[in-house]
Amino acid sequence: MAFKKSAIPFSGTAEQEKRLKAVIAEHKNDPGALMPILQKAQDIYGYLPIEVQQMIADEMDIPMEKVYGVVTFYAQFSINPKGKYKISVCLGTACYVKGSGDIYDKLQEKLGIKGGEITSDGKFSLDACRCIGACGLAPVLTVNEDVYGRLTTDDVDKILAKYAD
Amino acid sequence: MNRIGTIDELNAIKSKASEVVNVRVDRNDNGKKDVLVCGGTGCTSSGSANIIKKLEEEIEKNGLKDKVNIIKTGCFGLCALGPIMIVYPEGTFYSKMEVDHIPEIVESHLKNGIPVKKYLYAETVQGDTIKSLNDTAFYAKQHRVALRNCGLISPENIEEYIARDGYQALHKVLTSMSQDDVIKTVLDSGLRGRGGGGFPTGKKWQLAKNLVPDADQKYVCCNADEGDPGAFMDRSVLEGDPHVVLEAMAIAGYAIGATQGYIYVRAEYPIAVERLNIAIGQAREAGMLGKNIFGTDFSFDIDLRLGAGAFVCGEETALMTSIEGNRGEPRPRPPFPAEKGLFRKPTILNNVETYANIPQIILNGADWFASMGTERSKGTKVFALGGKIHNTGLVEVPMGTTLRTVIEEIGGGIPNGKKFKAAQTGGPSGGCIPPEHLDIPIDYDNLIGIGSMMGSGGLIVMDEDNCMVDIAKFFLEFTVDESCGKCTPCRIGTKRLYEMLTKITEGKATMEDLDKLEKLCYYIKDNALCGLGQTAPNPVLSTLRYFKDEYIAHVKDKKCPAGVCKSLLSIQILPDKCKGCSLCSKKCPVGAITGEIKKPFHINQDKCIKCGVCMSNCRFGAIVKA
Amino acid sequence: MVNIKINGTAYSVPEGSTILEAARNAGIRIPTLCYLKDINAIGACRICVVEVKGAKAPVASCVYPVNEGMEIFTNTPKIINSRKTTLELLLSNHKKECLSCVRSGSCELQELCNEYGVDEGSFEGEKQVFDIDISAAHMTRDNEKCILCRRCVAACSVNQGIGVIGANERGFATMIGSPFGMELADTACVSCGQCITACPTGALAEKDDTDKVLEAIADPDKMVVVQAAPAVRASLGEAFGLPVGTNVEGKMIAAMRRLGFDKVFDTNFSADLTIMEEAHEFLDRVQNGGTLPMITSCSPGWVRYCENYFPEFIPNLSTCKSPQQMFGAVVKTYYAEKLGKDPKDIISVSVMPCTAKKYEVGRDDQAAAGVPDVDITITTRELSRMIKKAGIIFNELPDETADSPLGTYTGAGVIFGATGGVMEAALRTAAWKLSGEAADSPVDFKEVRGVEGIKEATYNVGGKEVKVAVASGLANAKKLLKSIKAGEAKYDFIEIMACPGGCVNGGGQIIQPASVKNFTDIRAERAKALYDIDSASKLRRSHENPDIQALYKEYFGEPNSHKAHEVLHTSYKAKTLYK
Repeated sequence: MAFKKSAIPFSGTAEQEKRLKAVIAEHKNDPGALMPILQKAQDIYGYLPIEVQQMIADEMDIPMEKVYGVVTFYAQFSINPKGKYKISVCLGTACYVKGSGDIYDKLQEKLGIKGGEITSDGKFSLDACRCIGACGLAPVLTVNEDVYGRLTTDDVDKILAKYAD
Repeated sequence: MNRIGTIDELNAIKSKASEVVNVRVDRNDNGKKDVLVCGGTGCTSSGSANIIKKLEEEIEKNGLKDKVNIIKTGCFGLCALGPIMIVYPEGTFYSKMEVDHIPEIVESHLKNGIPVKKYLYAETVQGDTIKSLNDTAFYAKQHRVALRNCGLISPENIEEYIARDGYQALHKVLTSMSQDDVIKTVLDSGLRGRGGGGFPTGKKWQLAKNLVPDADQKYVCCNADEGDPGAFMDRSVLEGDPHVVLEAMAIAGYAIGATQGYIYVRAEYPIAVERLNIAIGQAREAGMLGKNIFGTDFSFDIDLRLGAGAFVCGEETALMTSIEGNRGEPRPRPPFPAEKGLFRKPTILNNVETYANIPQIILNGADWFASMGTERSKGTKVFALGGKIHNTGLVEVPMGTTLRTVIEEIGGGIPNGKKFKAAQTGGPSGGCIPPEHLDIPIDYDNLIGIGSMMGSGGLIVMDEDNCMVDIAKFFLEFTVDESCGKCTPCRIGTKRLYEMLTKITEGKATMEDLDKLEKLCYYIKDNALCGLGQTAPNPVLSTLRYFKDEYIAHVKDKKCPAGVCKSLLSIQILPDKCKGCSLCSKKCPVGAITGEIKKPFHINQDKCIKCGVCMSNCRFGAIVKA
Repeated sequence: MVNIKINGTAYSVPEGSTILEAARNAGIRIPTLCYLKDINAIGACRICVVEVKGAKAPVASCVYPVNEGMEIFTNTPKIINSRKTTLELLLSNHKKECLSCVRSGSCELQELCNEYGVDEGSFEGEKQVFDIDISAAHMTRDNEKCILCRRCVAACSVNQGIGVIGANERGFATMIGSPFGMELADTACVSCGQCITACPTGALAEKDDTDKVLEAIADPDKMVVVQAAPAVRASLGEAFGLPVGTNVEGKMIAAMRRLGFDKVFDTNFSADLTIMEEAHEFLDRVQNGGTLPMITSCSPGWVRYCENYFPEFIPNLSTCKSPQQMFGAVVKTYYAEKLGKDPKDIISVSVMPCTAKKYEVGRDDQAAAGVPDVDITITTRELSRMIKKAGIIFNELPDETADSPLGTYTGAGVIFGATGGVMEAALRTAAWKLSGEAADSPVDFKEVRGVEGIKEATYNVGGKEVKVAVASGLANAKKLLKSIKAGEAKYDFIEIMACPGGCVNGGGQIIQPASVKNFTDIRAERAKALYDIDSASKLRRSHENPDIQALYKEYFGEPNSHKAHEVLHTSYKAKTLYK
């Protein structure tokens, strides 16, 4: 079985670890604490590598497999680091019928990566996402917090250029 | 804010806050103007935050600070026209706002009282008269119960909610109604779950109260994991009127004997999460959540739990397993949640829109609610209109309104002169409704009768350019992606369905495959563990039912009539129209187009990937799909 | 009781029964795949669907309770078709090497496919692709044969409280595995093999070491001796169609002889030896202020669990090697010397109900003569396959007895195979010792018998009060150890077996399908076979074993002597949870 540890080395700091441990200590005895803890851990580290999952398992006194099983079930948890700019293309119905699939294809082509991947310089990562509820602007994509709507494939280059720094 | 302990204290806040809100509600002209800017997800995405910033600057500059209130609201419904701004007391409606328009609007309208017509929503301007928002086609036929406060109040201000009768219903049940009275009122109102199944809400509450009478703990859950692609009414309620959900949950808690509530909300809804957090904080401070509410023995609190991107968690047992900190896999029923739900305790789960009706039902009575709608579906329903339609957005109409009214009148019909082909309701669990059923009154049972379902209220309109096999495939792809993987029919069955549909769209299927497809659909419907799996075949079954000829065209003629399925279409250059400019050849990403300058070019079909780039670049209309 | 109808016939069944149980009582077997009584009632596979009058759709009988007036149909064309389609879908994502699969003939999926006459190629499409995990010493995992029933996951997390495997990913990509795709050898798997006996298909299997045995036997320069653990005789017959819990000791010995082993001995002998060492170690700890409670160390799954998860209890572990290892150590020292043979020329083989033994033989400090105490260990299942492959008609074999001197045993040795057995055997010898070696010291300690997960008793042993506890199944062990850690419980002597019910239900035993396990307690049936041997034995206390007495006289001197320590004892060390 291929070991799925991320190729990018873990670079967690002592400060991050302190924050995570504080979060776990605070929530550990709440009923159903694992999900909120994972969400906060992902906020702290940006993703959930083996080192972080092991910390959570140890501190919560549960098997790491339990943590990993939950992490891999939910689309929002990532065991790989995300790009500096996270691009999400909405493939919800409203966007899809208005052509967001083509925009997604174009981005894959332009960035040279597939959905779920990150460019080799760590700058962009690309994901398809479910309806973000901005159907009135369909088709829509987001780059980090920025939302771009009423897109055509011609807009892709312009959007990418904005993040050329 | 001080803790509210009595009805007098509540009413005192109400009357004070009403003075503010009435500029909008009753359009009282007291010399002040309220400028409402939509801060819902749609308008925020189209830049409403910058609009607000610019407004504040210009108002400051013009010295209008005392005369103008800026209120960031939830969704108005007309997302397609965002960012949206409304000026009260006139109720004038500015659409597709741009930052550059602000100085002129502030100067002319807010300072001098003259609306800037050119920036108003065109439909509201008829010569010299300016219609208010409520008189537009989009709003006129709507009837707002669940959305009554959305786009009207500031969702971040509990006082504005109180001004709109907020927390009156909670006071009423705690001080003058027994648990059974509350349940009876909800039962008699005929309210059915707005999240999909349409189970009678009162019945659910009744079971949770009575099944395990000696339970040491019960829970009230709110399903805000709105996952149907294209549905966003729950988000709009949470963004526009979060307190209504809190109040309703407390009422439900009282009715069934629960002291703890959980709202399970999609993490993809950051604005809703933020406003819920603000609202919960305010409600606790005001004593509307917490210990001894209104000085009674009743205590109730609410925690927020965030989903993490799993559609199946909208299924009730999966939602509960998820709150418990597990993979969101559904559990077999029985036991039903009313008996063993969250943490194996009696639990009720209702969705946001269902809760949004509760306070009004308590205040106005069951009969009032039951007077709206059809025989077996009472009240109103919110739909999220999307797809190939003019007015995409949220609409709330009485049950029994026809699809035609919603699509043609409220929605403004299909753009670009295209022909209506189907309306999809119920998301991945629903089906496609063909033109011949447009006049059926919408209610739970009618929709099921025609092979679709209410679902949470997504309503996606499709025109002649949409291929129905492709649409079925799209939904199946969604289900395959979102299947939890626990039961065989859904884990493998939907995957095989998807593969069969792919085969059809690639022109590789036989008529026997169509039979097999249908049989597998019925098998999955019967045998899957949870609602997601059981309804997953609906998009296939309903399109097979109404658009079988389209399937047959793919199978027998190897054609996609709508020209969507790439494997089945070829792109051709019409020699008589081609001028031989060579632009298409230069743009073709795979070098499939060749020819001599000034002579008709030619597409090598073996190389062509049907991306359509040549078509969109041809200046002579010489390239067509065939 | 509630009144129901199944296929038109009226029955009265206990309230709270599931449809599956009610039907079974009515003589109808509804097929199951994912359901395992008490630990896996998840309604996932959908093979057990039945029709209930008035219900919208078929229901999963394994989890659906009966109620008054219910009318159930288990066998309608619709149901048959549903089950058939479920099987065909499972097959469409299954590696179909059924002809040679290790579970061919005992595969639950295969049997159902045969019963329902499925069309193997009915559904085509993508199949999941996996590498086979061969990293662990004791087992292999081929996820391409996995049907995601999750019985292994339940065995690992519910029964064993370990959870090194679980369901990962979701939808069609769902797969059973360890975090981050780790290989099993890199996890804190304790090698108990409970997942294998839970598996309905060939996805999980023991590592097959039978070829090594055959090669050793074929080597003229090697003397090959074999020992078989107590629990093997209580299960081996099941592979040849005999009822669960049939004692086949005589035929087992005859079969091993016919397979060509030079000497056929019995682990029961070294079980007696273990008691000599362990009972004296216990008395020594009591009398000289050693670490208490003392905890048994016969079960390598448990020992590994202790090292991984409760290293603070390592000082409590008895330093005694397990009976398998003691046996091997005696063969390579005492027995080799007796024969005048170089221990290198003796191949010591064991037949065990256990997969963790495959891990144990490779542990450090298990080589008394400088060569491994035990060279090859095979499970009960592997022995049954060797017998079949050799064409030995097992049921027609005569009953034979083991060779001397390492084949003699007492009743105390044979009950090692059941939970509580080691404790009882030790108490028999300790009581004798503490009572001043009284001939009538007690033999029966019935409170520690039986299949309950945790048993406690207090005995007055020769005037001294001894508080004992017995746990089987590692989830129970965890519970017990946590209560000790928390100061909630205090014991002098504890027996822990990794597998629920002890070795009779070990991970290497003959696999009984869920259709049997859900309605018969195979742990109790097999344990009964061992207790029957015990109660029929003339000698029921380990120290009474004449060959054991000779062994001490000729070789070790006293129990716990320096020499005994060198040969029969071992050491432990704390391990990390993940490599």
